[in-house]
Amino acid sequence: MTDMASTALLSIRGLSKSFGALKATDDVTLDLRPGEIHALIGPNGAGKSTLIGQVAGWIRPDAGRIELMGRDVTRLPVHRRARMGLGRSFQVSSLALPISARRNVMLAVQARLGSSFRFLRPVRTDRRLRDEADAALARVGLSGRADAQAAELSHGERRQLEVACALALKPSILLLDEPMAGLGPEGSAELTRFLADLKREAAILLVEHDMDAVFALADRVTVLVQGRVLMTGTGAEVRADPAVREAYLGEDG
Amino acid sequence: MAEAAARIGRPSREAVANAVLALALLAAPLIALQAGEPYYVNLSTRVAILAMAGVGLNLALGYGGMVSFGHAAFFGLGGYVAGIAAHHAFNYDLFMAWPVELEGTNQLLAIWPVALLVSGLAALLIGAFSLRTAGVQFIMITLAFAQMIYYFAISFPDYGGEDGLPIYTRNALPGLNTFDPLTFFLVAYGALMLAIGFTWVIMGARFGAALQAARMNETRLATTGIAPYPVKLTAFVLSGMITGLAGALFADLNGFVDPSMLSWHRSGEIMIFVILGGVGRLFGPVAGAALFVLMELFIGQWTEHWMLVLGLVLLTVVLFASGGLMGLLAGKPRHD
Repeated sequence: MTDMASTALLSIRGLSKSFGALKATDDVTLDLRPGEIHALIGPNGAGKSTLIGQVAGWIRPDAGRIELMGRDVTRLPVHRRARMGLGRSFQVSSLALPISARRNVMLAVQARLGSSFRFLRPVRTDRRLRDEADAALARVGLSGRADAQAAELSHGERRQLEVACALALKPSILLLDEPMAGLGPEGSAELTRFLADLKREAAILLVEHDMDAVFALADRVTVLVQGRVLMTGTGAEVRADPAVREAYLGEDG
Repeated sequence: MAEAAARIGRPSREAVANAVLALALLAAPLIALQAGEPYYVNLSTRVAILAMAGVGLNLALGYGGMVSFGHAAFFGLGGYVAGIAAHHAFNYDLFMAWPVELEGTNQLLAIWPVALLVSGLAALLIGAFSLRTAGVQFIMITLAFAQMIYYFAISFPDYGGEDGLPIYTRNALPGLNTFDPLTFFLVAYGALMLAIGFTWVIMGARFGAALQAARMNETRLATTGIAPYPVKLTAFVLSGMITGLAGALFADLNGFVDPSMLSWHRSGEIMIFVILGGVGRLFGPVAGAALFVLMELFIGQWTEHWMLVLGLVLLTVVLFASGGLMGLLAGKPRHD
């Protein structure tokens, strides 16, 4: 147990969170190891997004502990966790809509490079911010849309942009909340290939409803039901488990 | 690429509108003197100073999305710094005897830094509390702080209480005759242009990128690893300082400071300059303050109910021209 915690990039121990009488997270323990994609699945309302929210720092757990790279971050604010290398994409994309795609990514580069309390040098001609942002956009295939306002981007493009913003942090951990949603089969296949490559750079905690993608990508799968961990195992183990089939997979085939 | 090249080669419509506004405000007192109407010189000074108060608020409200309904606090504090310094200088007595002896002064080069410091500290205190809230609560808490200072000024008899404090002789700058209306206009105009230039520089820098992102989407900013609170608080302090310096100039222009400079009417007026001119537009407060003062002058001649007309204009702007006057003059704001 202690050995696992020390090698894990992200380690969640006995995490609980209630909203009134609803136990959204109920004694959850899981690990994210270097180089792995760990998928989090479960029916709607299983508490996946609440769990992601606690890991990112938006929701404070009632009990339990979250460690990033061996350091207790349970009480650290969102921006501090991000600076430690925790990148995130949202279920419903959250971007600065009036500014360009490039400017959105430049903001993340700016955060990584250090202080935002620089008052003189214009950002517009800052080659370093620009080049790194363009590199991140190129990786997600958004180079052609760098100058477009985030508001003008399609649903799928906004998701790609969020991933680019997360990559610009040079993260060691990525939390991706339903990145395939709204992408269409072609986009999903492309993103699947991309993530399979990306996991060498950053371990990924993946919440996803697209089961083809989950079983193609995930090294391990954790099934969440009513806030509790039903089981954690390889894709094959999870698919073969009768309790999982009953609780979840049976519902939508 | 071609579009980008064209952008560099040709000034934007907004840049042209800004230049026209800056030149028009500079030309107004010169034309007034040529036409033998010196009254309009002081009126131009009034526009410049009120515009500067608006430039301060615009930094918080326009760029940072912090709708402060308490900026009269900074405007009035700046004014009282000028008034109190001049009061003690005139009476040859001390502002305080302990722990250090502080005399009054009529030197603007001493008064202005103090005005900046006092309004900055007030903004730090008010902002530190207020920025823990958002939306309507933020509006109300900034209003409450400003009203507290207003009532304090009314009930504090040493500096005139409700009657205010006269500045018998205009405060001085070395080598300049600040009594000369045109000279004082140029001082105020210079300060306005500095405030606008300062806003332009910091909004183009990393700080500005972070502040504007805080307005657009605070979640996004925090997710990229930048804490919104210190960025917004810093902007709020700078905003209060600019408005405070405008207040010091305003007291000198009027030769007078009284609690009305601190009242919520004044906060509302400063907000009107910003909204009328165009929220988050560099020269918006200049356009807004100019229109405000012109309406006060010309419609105020016909009827004391000129505020009714102002209200209708404001309503029209808010409902139909969300970009304010700058929106009409220069089109939509452009982000790259």
